[in-house]
Order: sequence, then C-alpha cells, then structure tokens
Amino acid sequence: MARRQHLNRREFFSWITVGWVAFTAAVGGLLSLVFRFTYPNVNFDPASSFIAGVPEDYDTGVDERWKNGYGVWIVKEEGKLVALSNICTHLGCIPTWMPAESKFKCPCHGSGYYANGINFEGPAPRPLERYKITVNTEGKIVIDKTRIFRYEKGQWDHPDSFIEV
Amino acid sequence: MAKKKGLAEYVAGTQVWKAIFRHGPPNNARNRAAVVAGNVFLHLHPIKLKKSGVKLGYTWCMGGLSFFVFLALTVTGLLLMFYYRPTAEYAFNDIIALREHVPLGIMRELHRWGAHLMVIVVWLHMFRVFMTGAYKPPREFNWGIGVILLVLTLLLSFTGYLLPWDQLAIWAIAVGSNMAKATPFLGHGGPGANLAQIGDFVMVSDKNDVRYQLLGGRFVGEPALLRFYILHCVFIPLVVGVLIAVHFWRVRKDGGISAPL
Repeated sequence: MARRQHLNRREFFSWITVGWVAFTAAVGGLLSLVFRFTYPNVNFDPASSFIAGVPEDYDTGVDERWKNGYGVWIVKEEGKLVALSNICTHLGCIPTWMPAESKFKCPCHGSGYYANGINFEGPAPRPLERYKITVNTEGKIVIDKTRIFRYEKGQWDHPDSFIEV
Repeated sequence: MAKKKGLAEYVAGTQVWKAIFRHGPPNNARNRAAVVAGNVFLHLHPIKLKKSGVKLGYTWCMGGLSFFVFLALTVTGLLLMFYYRPTAEYAFNDIIALREHVPLGIMRELHRWGAHLMVIVVWLHMFRVFMTGAYKPPREFNWGIGVILLVLTLLLSFTGYLLPWDQLAIWAIAVGSNMAKATPFLGHGGPGANLAQIGDFVMVSDKNDVRYQLLGGRFVGEPALLRFYILHCVFIPLVVGVLIAVHFWRVRKDGGISAPL
C-alpha cells in the first residue's frame, strides 16, 4: 500500500491540537520560570532565629542590643523576659525607645507603647508583637522570630512567649 | 528653455531626500496627509483636526502636556543615571553630590518637580476628559488605557521615591510595601493568608509572598533599592511608552481628539 502524502482533515486537526497544547505548555513553563526568577534562592537578611546570651545578661527594663540587625528588644519586667518585635503595628516603621519617658515612640505617625509593648497613644491599633523565646539545653536564650505571639489574641500567656527569671 | 533649478528644488530632487521623504512638498491636501501618514511619529496623530477640537479652553492641552512632562522626565532621568549608583553604599551620597559635583545642580530637582507636575497634569487630563464626556463610546477603551497610564504614573512616583535612600524614602516605602503584605491570599498579613497552611507548614509567609517579590527580601534593604531602580528606570517607562503609543493611536482611530462625534 502506497504511503499517503497528505494529512486528511481529521489528522490535521489532531496535530494542530497537539501543537497548540505543546506551545501553550512551553510558554506557560517559561513564564513560570520567569516568575520564579524574581524569588532569589538566597537572601542576606539576618537569620530569623538566633542565640541571645543567657538570662543573667539582662537587667530590668528594655535592652536594645539586638535591635539593629535582628529587630528585637529584650524586655525584663515582673519576673518575665520577653522578646518584643520592633515593628510598629500601625504601618510597619521602627519605633525608638525613649528611656526618659519610658516608652517606645514611632517617628512615622507618633504611635506610643509602654515598655511591655502595650500601645497607649497614636494610631497603633494593637500592641507590639512578641517572638518565641526559650532557653536551650545549654542554658542559652533562643529567639525564634518565625513564631509570633499577639496580645489581642491572648497569646502572651503561652509558655513559649516568655522566660521566667 | 528650462527654468534654472533653485537650491531647494535641487535638494528635494536628490536621492537622499527622496529616500527619507516619500511624498512631494506639502502644498496640497493629499501631500499634507501623506506627511502625517508617512512618518512613524506623526502617524499616531490624526491626519486632520477639527478647529474646535484643539481650542485651549476645551482640552486645556493636558494630554499634550502629560506627554511633554513624560519626555522631560525621561531626558532628565537619563542624565541623572550617569551619576547615580543604586547601592546602599553610594545612593544617598550620589544624590547629595548631584547638587555640587555637576553643573546645573538642579537637574535632580527638575526631575523631582517634573514628577510632581506629571501626577497633577495627568490627573487634570483625566478630569477634563471626564467633564467633557470624552470617555463615552467609541472612546471607552482609550479611557481604560488612560486609567492604566494613571496607575503607572503613580507607580513611577512610588518607585522613584525610594531612590534617594534617605530616612523619608526608606520609611515611605516600608509603609507603602506593607500594603502588598496585606494583599488577600498573596500577602502574609492579608486576609486568607493563614488558610493556606498545611499543618505547621505555612504556604504564604514573609519569605514567599508578593511583598517579598517586590522588595527582594523581608524588609526594605539593598535588593529593594535595586529592584525599584530597575522598575523605575527601565520596566515601567517601557510599558508606559508602549501604552502611550496605543493611547495616541486610539485617539486617531476613535474619531480624533476631544470634539463631539
């Protein structure tokens, strides 16, 4: 039987369908690679979990040694050591600790917080967040910024949100 | 006896002239139309305008002024790029140096004032088009293009805001990019973000949401400066340029500027 030279109509539409599906898949694959390209594999942000000395390092009050870089205040009050986020809950600026007035004051829109992180003035809608703070087997403090405790959700009683001292 | 040729006629008869200009002198209606139709820049423009359509009291010339300010910003921005390096180490100092280290120390100011002016002018253009009803069919598609151009104008302002790399810039972008954080489902602080969670594995976190994509990091740092620089100087102007061409072309195709149809 002689080999046919031409596609018939049915075969033509089968192949054109295969072609369009392959083309669409290729374009979709390339676009998803382009999208993924905008997310770097490595970034040079400070680690979100770090060791912050031992509990005896801290005096009563607000400690600013981890503020630059890690963005955390260690606050010792009423027998508790907590890791306070330094991101304002209004729009995400960084408040300043003002020792003379004993409060955190945000330069952007004037939100004010007590040393324990509770908001009392300005537009901030809720208290500063606290991070997970635990003591490891060597007796060192480990702060984990991926775990957040919010006052308004009643999470500040959670055992991981403070260290008894 | 043949009349002696003048210089103008001689030039118009050379191969170089004829290669550039395909039409005869614009001394009749056909050639005047050919001038517009045969030029890549002018052909975006209508061949003929109604006299009433170009009255200043009617158009305020705001569309033309928007384009003029865009061109002025392109030129001043290109000049600034010769002296500005988008890195955390140099950016702020380069902006300060632009006052003193080059002649015309107000080049950066011209760019900044022009940016403010463009937002105002584009807004007034939109206001005029709205008040004269020029968005009505068949021009509604071009109104849509115009709305996108307005948004891109604002995005150009927003991305350019970070480049001086001072306290105002960083905190303004910190606040502005937190809006991306609050995007439903796509931002880690937005509604629905905590639905996409499998056990302890959080699918939308500060390491993979839209804000991370915009900033190239979890906060406004050096990768954010570079991304905003590229968006401001290359990506958004390219898109704006293409859309401006479409905008002008549609003005022509939808019946000319501003006059009632």
